[in-house]
Amino acid sequence: MFPPYDVIVVGAGHAGCEAAVAAANMGSRVLLLTMNMQTIAQMSCNPAMGGVAKGQIVREIDALGGYSGIVTDHTMVQFRMLNRSKGPAMWSPRAQSDRNLFARKWRTLLEAHPNIDFWQDMGSGILVKEGRVTGVRTAMGLEIESKAVVLTNGTFLNGIIHIGEKQYGGGRAGEKAAQGITEQLVSLGFESGRMKTGTPPRIDGRSLHYERMELQAGDEPAGKFSFTDTPRLEKQLPCHITYTNGEVHEILKTGFDKSPMFAGRIQGLGPRYCPSIEDKINRFADKERHQLFVEPEGWDTCEVYINGFSSSLPEDIQYKALKKIEGFEEVKMFRPGYAIEYDYFPPTQLSTSLETHLIKNLFFAGQINGTTGYEEAACQGLMAGINAHLAIHEEEPFVLRRSEAYIGVLVDDLVNKGTNEPYRMFTSRAEYRMLLRQDNADLRLTPLAFKLGVGGLEARMDAVKTKQGGAAQIEAFVKSASVSPDQMNGYLESIGSATLSQKVKLLTILLRPEISLPALGEKIPVIGDFLSAFPEDSVELAEIDIKYEGYLQRERDLVDKMNRLEEMKLLDNFNYKAITSLSAEAREKLSRHKPRTIGQASRISGITPSDISILLVHCGR
Amino acid sequence: MYNRHSLDDTIAALSTAPGQAAIAVLRVSGAEAIPIVNEGFKGKNLEKTESHTAHLGFLMDAEGGVIDQVVVTLFRGPHSYTGEDTVEISCHGSTWIQQAILNRLIQLGARAAGPGEFTFRAFIHGRMDISQAEGVADLIAAESSAEARLALSHLRGGISKEIAGLRSRLIEFASLLELELDFAEEQVEFANRSQLKTLLEEAILKVQGLVDSFRLGNAIKQGINTVIAGRPNAGKSTLLNALLQEERAIVSDIPGTTRDTIEEVLHIEGIPFRLIDTAGIREAQDQIEAIGVQRTHDKIRQSSILLYVFDVTGLKPAEVQSDIAVLKHPDLEIILIPNKMDLNPYAHPEDFVMEGITPSDIIPTSARNNMNIPYLKERLLQSVTGNHDLLSQNILSNSRHLDCLQRVKEHLRRALEQLNSGGGHELIAMDIRQALHYLGEITGEVTTEDLLESIFTRFCIGK
Repeated sequence: MFPPYDVIVVGAGHAGCEAAVAAANMGSRVLLLTMNMQTIAQMSCNPAMGGVAKGQIVREIDALGGYSGIVTDHTMVQFRMLNRSKGPAMWSPRAQSDRNLFARKWRTLLEAHPNIDFWQDMGSGILVKEGRVTGVRTAMGLEIESKAVVLTNGTFLNGIIHIGEKQYGGGRAGEKAAQGITEQLVSLGFESGRMKTGTPPRIDGRSLHYERMELQAGDEPAGKFSFTDTPRLEKQLPCHITYTNGEVHEILKTGFDKSPMFAGRIQGLGPRYCPSIEDKINRFADKERHQLFVEPEGWDTCEVYINGFSSSLPEDIQYKALKKIEGFEEVKMFRPGYAIEYDYFPPTQLSTSLETHLIKNLFFAGQINGTTGYEEAACQGLMAGINAHLAIHEEEPFVLRRSEAYIGVLVDDLVNKGTNEPYRMFTSRAEYRMLLRQDNADLRLTPLAFKLGVGGLEARMDAVKTKQGGAAQIEAFVKSASVSPDQMNGYLESIGSATLSQKVKLLTILLRPEISLPALGEKIPVIGDFLSAFPEDSVELAEIDIKYEGYLQRERDLVDKMNRLEEMKLLDNFNYKAITSLSAEAREKLSRHKPRTIGQASRISGITPSDISILLVHCGR
Repeated sequence: MYNRHSLDDTIAALSTAPGQAAIAVLRVSGAEAIPIVNEGFKGKNLEKTESHTAHLGFLMDAEGGVIDQVVVTLFRGPHSYTGEDTVEISCHGSTWIQQAILNRLIQLGARAAGPGEFTFRAFIHGRMDISQAEGVADLIAAESSAEARLALSHLRGGISKEIAGLRSRLIEFASLLELELDFAEEQVEFANRSQLKTLLEEAILKVQGLVDSFRLGNAIKQGINTVIAGRPNAGKSTLLNALLQEERAIVSDIPGTTRDTIEEVLHIEGIPFRLIDTAGIREAQDQIEAIGVQRTHDKIRQSSILLYVFDVTGLKPAEVQSDIAVLKHPDLEIILIPNKMDLNPYAHPEDFVMEGITPSDIIPTSARNNMNIPYLKERLLQSVTGNHDLLSQNILSNSRHLDCLQRVKEHLRRALEQLNSGGGHELIAMDIRQALHYLGEITGEVTTEDLLESIFTRFCIGK
């Protein structure tokens, strides 16, 4: 019934979809196995992509040939560049998407890919022969063969949904949980754990008084995620901001005795940065109000998402509390918020390619690895998909360094440090924040993916060359051109910047904090004439390179130092147990984590600098 | 991390066993070894001399003063122990000199070497085969566990607390920066510039305090000013001689700046005590003597230990008490020496217990007969080390800590400059991260988890 597949992807959420596309774009024949064809690429939580650090990841996914950015651009209802007031390293794109359009667009793109097949069924186990995965077993009793398998089970593995004192099995509201996979993997020697996450109630927008809330509009003009020629959003929907208050808190407190969190019915650890509303009230009791974001679910639906009001209290408590919120006096609820507990597999059981140590050609991506967030899941899917293809062809895995991408930071953190709570990306996790910007994701990553053989990158590669070439010419111009008082003083005076008394290099003007290159282009004809030959992104890149040259260089120097260790390879079968001079902890951890490089070993928790010195000595370097 | 295994900087360390000895050898290795030593060396231009040659000259401090007369031996790479350009500096074996030279080398751009680092470099550069290298690995393991043990336990109580305080202050500062960077959308109150500035200035002050306290530690090596004072004829000079007797061989005369105080250095288990013999205290008979007495008081003010010597056959407790009342100052530790015990074996030293003087502060002696002199030395040593086992203190690890703290300070200064000139938080954070990295070499790594933890416990984050 099935042709021979190269890769089977189990699960069609953000990780699964990207994994399928990535493997397919590499040339693999892919089967996407999902429990329900109607819920492909569901946004199970809020209908938004991007945000601080996450927006950078979406740009990186796009630079590597993934579809998340493209889908978001086609389906967004609002775009904002967060952190605009800060330096370019901090700029982070974020978009609200139309939930239904988002899923539909993904499905359209997947269906358009000739290398991707679909099968609706529940994966109930994997097929393993001699330590290597050979396919998937389904709930229908089918055995489908493949050379590699990517598991992206999300919150479905033994998922339990909690609302107040009620609890029932489920992977998502209205969808059943997946059973069997955890049990099989544990019997194969994997370690599993429990995590918890939650989601807020969905509301009928027709019942809200938006005029009593603050308006939060999108950027004009809207930006976008993809480096390809996706459309730019013309008309946008606003979000709204409102606040909880003392009355709301008091009502919520009456439900605390029935809270599955406080009563200890939920054992899994939830994310600290995404606490439930009851958790916020409990932990920060002196805070008088908490901000809530009222986010539209799409163009043609009245459904509304209440960002900041995640809860697993009984539904009647949620409802009563909501009614006391400004603008929510007549609220109607579509469904209550809930908490969900699910199985994950501590990601220290993976190598940096996201392949499991225990079973060859078996890859994990997304929440199964203890992460949270669409962007975090999607980028793992992408990397797992690429590496599944490479593994089949016995090629070196594609691993991004911490200095190359947030994706590199994420994977490196996961496999080396593991995580106790759902892992989310923050910019502070990256050592080289100045280098890992959203604006240069294409320059950093597209050439790498192109060289690797990821299909469909030709247009992106051309754009990279144009952008980079343009920036180089602009930088040369800025460093060599001189400007005269006649040309400059009028403008300088108008913005309160010191005027010139003689000709100076354009560079010295541009280095003033109050001066920007696009503004100069607009006001000074000779500069404008020169810049008009180049695309906007070249101008932006040139300006960042010039203004932040010192900082960029400092980070590059650090990277160079670090890379020495990253280039020192360790063998998988290295016998750490035999090196008695290593501490017992180091021997145990190195044997278990199997780091590929000395640099990676140095980041495993509990590995000391002296352990690294000893390793260096032993591997003959 | 990157600092530790970097091969492109120049490292320096004492190569002979730490402590007092006739001579000591410091080794400097790395691309900049020769220029660095040359910069502080007065003698031949080392950059123009041949490999495997030795040169006599002086090592100078930053102010142009002589630290010591030394012999430097040049080994140009790859024909050296490490395979890199290497300079060995043979100096006199005083711990103060060793430390001063090492500090000077760090000032000139060298980094204090970690344990086993020379040998490690030798291995990397192929100067050693694998069987030797395995020995090295064991050595590194042994040394660093010893180092780890030393690291914080040897920082004396107060200092390790200070470091912990600095660490949490910097984490707090960094988390405030990161809070605004990563959680700009959250409804929390972000720190304002002046708040950040205050925090940063406090942190810099703390580092400065620590750097100074390390200096104080080094002052121990430079010598602890110990004044011998008392009324005329109490036996002060006899006591001085008795104390110095066994140490003659390594005592150096330091020319006094005054005619009336004599300074000698006494080493007790490697720690130098700068003994200052003073003119007798009494009502001044003439003007010259009055000046002498004034100088005695000045010396006591600059000292941390006073050995108050008196003739046990002559002085009453009340008289001793009145003398001490005049001499004491808050930082002065006073040891009472009832001398000439041989003349009055029935004297009761415990009669002299008084305010600020406990029985353990009284050491009855007969300086002429060396009676109780070893006991007095032990008491002196104890006054410096307290209950800590200072004697096994690793000089190298001290320098490493100082080195780290100075780098911490440098990055904090840069961060403050950025803060003052309106630089973005992400730029300030770069220097703070570096500062935390160097601090981490003393306290253990500060991870982003530590920062996030600090954010999450203090701020209500999460939509």
